[in-house]
Amino acid sequence: MNSATFDFAIAIGGAAGQGIATPGNILARIFIRRGLHFNAYNAYQSIIRGGHIFLTIRISNRKIHSHGDKLDLLVCLNQDTMDRHLRIMGQQTRVIFNSDTIKPGEAAEGAQCCPLPIVELTDNNRNKLVQNTVALGAIMHLIGLDFQTLEDILTLQFQRKGQAVIDENVVVARAGFDYADANFAPFPVPAPIGPRPLAIWTGNEALAMGGAAAGVKFYCAYPMSPSTGVLHWMAQNARDLGIMVRQVEDEIAVANMAIGAAHAGCRAMCATSGGGFALMTEAIGSAGMMEIPVVFINVQRAGPSTGVPTKTEQGDLWQALGASQGDFERFIVAPKDALDAFNTVPELFNLVDKCQCPGIVISDLLISEGTFSVDPDDIDMQPQIERGDLITEPRTDVSDLPSGSQSGNGYGEGLVGAPSNGYLRYEITESGISPRALPGLEGYVHVVATDEHDEDGVLISDEYTNPHKRRKMVEKRARKFKGIATQIAPPQLEGPEDAEVTLIGWGSTYGVIKEAVEQLKQEGVTVNHLPIKWIVPLHVEAVTDIVSRSRRTIIVENNYSGQFYRYLRSETGLAVDGHIRKYDGEPFMPHHIVDGVLEQLAGKTDRSVPIQEIMV
Amino acid sequence: MSVETVTQDVVEEAVQLKPKDFKGKVDPDWCPGCGDFGVLSCLQKACVELGLRPHEVLTVSGIGCSSNFPGYFNAYGMHTLHGRALAVATGAQMANHELTVVVTGGDGDGFGIGGNHFTHTARRNVDLTYLVMDNQIYGLTTGQISPTSCMEMKTKSTPFGSVESPINPITAAIMNGATFVARGFSGDAKHLTQIIQQAMQHKGFAFVDIFSPCVTFNHDNDYPFFKPRVKRLEDEDHDPGDWKIACEKAMVWGDTIYTGLFYQKKNVRTLGQLEPVLDEGGPLAFRPLGLNDGQGRRILDRMM
Repeated sequence: MNSATFDFAIAIGGAAGQGIATPGNILARIFIRRGLHFNAYNAYQSIIRGGHIFLTIRISNRKIHSHGDKLDLLVCLNQDTMDRHLRIMGQQTRVIFNSDTIKPGEAAEGAQCCPLPIVELTDNNRNKLVQNTVALGAIMHLIGLDFQTLEDILTLQFQRKGQAVIDENVVVARAGFDYADANFAPFPVPAPIGPRPLAIWTGNEALAMGGAAAGVKFYCAYPMSPSTGVLHWMAQNARDLGIMVRQVEDEIAVANMAIGAAHAGCRAMCATSGGGFALMTEAIGSAGMMEIPVVFINVQRAGPSTGVPTKTEQGDLWQALGASQGDFERFIVAPKDALDAFNTVPELFNLVDKCQCPGIVISDLLISEGTFSVDPDDIDMQPQIERGDLITEPRTDVSDLPSGSQSGNGYGEGLVGAPSNGYLRYEITESGISPRALPGLEGYVHVVATDEHDEDGVLISDEYTNPHKRRKMVEKRARKFKGIATQIAPPQLEGPEDAEVTLIGWGSTYGVIKEAVEQLKQEGVTVNHLPIKWIVPLHVEAVTDIVSRSRRTIIVENNYSGQFYRYLRSETGLAVDGHIRKYDGEPFMPHHIVDGVLEQLAGKTDRSVPIQEIMV
Repeated sequence: MSVETVTQDVVEEAVQLKPKDFKGKVDPDWCPGCGDFGVLSCLQKACVELGLRPHEVLTVSGIGCSSNFPGYFNAYGMHTLHGRALAVATGAQMANHELTVVVTGGDGDGFGIGGNHFTHTARRNVDLTYLVMDNQIYGLTTGQISPTSCMEMKTKSTPFGSVESPINPITAAIMNGATFVARGFSGDAKHLTQIIQQAMQHKGFAFVDIFSPCVTFNHDNDYPFFKPRVKRLEDEDHDPGDWKIACEKAMVWGDTIYTGLFYQKKNVRTLGQLEPVLDEGGPLAFRPLGLNDGQGRRILDRMM
């Protein structure tokens, strides 16, 4: 990297309940307002008090795509953090800690310890969170920012708690700043200023916003980490945006309620994690059978079963592929980052509305709970909305009453039985798509069914089973997906065509692979990158074309069994040369992939499993 | 939504519908003598009495003999998954709160696999009518005990007699917060029609447990069992405003079994009425999609 690049990482570690979120948020505001790119990953556990929380904040004046490889500044809020992480702090690093309560360990050469005598600096303030604010003051000095920057954000942060709280925080932050100024050398390069302020969001917020922009009017959920952030955003914004948001008794009800709302005409969405998604699966198939467009989001955690609720994994691919019994048409998409998640939701809604079928978004903890900067100009709050063949106006020239009814107006005598409006909800068409009328409209009375049914919605599953009709209906639904891949952007190879290695990833590994490719370039290895986002439909031709021209292919996956590899092979018949897999609950860091590629190029293995160095 | 813009023609023809106008595309495939026939015709009559038109009604069912109901009824209908009708119906009702939503199903569907949704739909006071055709047996699976089967009942799954105590749907509904709780008997069509009509007029979650005998698989609780036992609460001095007395009467199960309105709490705001999102703008389903400039701006501002 050239000298103009600023790339800096701060980690704050402590126990749950020690208030790590607040300094994290304050730092985020400071950096994005300076126009610095921001990427934060919070390693935590399913515990409200205690455990070990480790928040990594990376900032840069260049676009960044992961939480990086190194730490420059470590803030220890408890002894545990010091004991766990001091060893990874190397040359030119600083370690801040409360010297009243924490004993420093043996620091490596070049790692400067910055003890803060909190009791003395805060005039014996008994508030246990005060050390966080003192540390913020010290951080400001170390990264070369003036105190006013912090004071402004503290004022904003504690606005709602009143002037006394603001004053208390500003005073102790000032003490931390002054003490650091007097005792510790700042980092040689101060945090620069970017061209313009950026915005900040989490992946879950991006997914929720994508839904809102797509016109979601009904959102329901059962709280489940790491998907709950979508519910929180929706609930907070429901009244301003006119969205019905419901917290429901279980994920079975969630999925079915969303289907009910969607059938009645709302764009409806719900999010969960693997366990909840398992409960939703029967309903997903019912949306396929009834031909109702709904979007289901699975934010993956490490599984199986309850698994590791607060850790990340790409382990639910086959769960999504196998979600619900029988053959039915549905989209499955794995966005590559938060902005892509935001853009994917409206695109998916247009597709499911067009094809009248369910759509599944696969996210994971890394994307959904990560906090990222975003250029506000990149956020399109008014994306294109296409609802497909949807009937929203009543018609009074036909009757919903049974044909031959004395009460009717005599129109629409074409059918035997009732109603006589002639409307066929599941009309056989060339495209397989039948015009969808919303309940409540006069002139289109019909019944939809999870049982197999004929064009008019009448069941053919029980009394009137008919193999020819059954075949006709299966093929009608299948036709909706004929050539569907051509309507979606195929994956693009990033980097030089003739690269030595092609790294294949899917979903959330996009960013970290992209950075690994850059690092490998510096190691003298030319690498290109094939990120796959659309699982169903899979662009078989495009992928086959790229992979068959690659010199050496390595698949990178955040799971044990190579779920995407197995899927790719089943759909394309392609084999690859190597694998890099991580399944310890923590996301890849760029060097994990770099090391894997290098050891595979050296012929040491074709299956690399990087070791997680940071114990969280 | 232009449903409100009723034309002159429609007003003219809107007057006299007949029960057969609510007759579905196909005839029921229920066994001859099944109690569900009575429920079907009572709902058809109730809709006529209430001046409803087929497109204004949405019937939602789960799976089971009685859940085939929407196919036999001329209105918008959804034949959903086993046990999930209330969840689906809640979503549909929230999306279009102008629809008259009637959920139809059986005791296994509603109190067994769907029991969780029964509890929560009741406490939420969703504005819908829930008709349970309670035959105290699983019929479509050819005769096993259901959550309302009596102790000692012999079925294919309990050849030596059931050792499980049944739930009482009436007290359960009251305890769950239902604001209208009634019981009907498909052998008393006139009374049942009145109850269904009252239930549909009730603003909020209206629950009607209906003795709808299974003539094929339940020979314990058949018409001869119920006929001499059922007593209309209306014929006694029953105060549906008193939940304790309602529960006491609901527990009576012997020579006398009460039917009628056990409990009603009027003027409880429904889920839809409590949601400011529905205050203005008509049904959510027909509102314009997407965000306006102000909404988009406010979201972005909070991110900066």
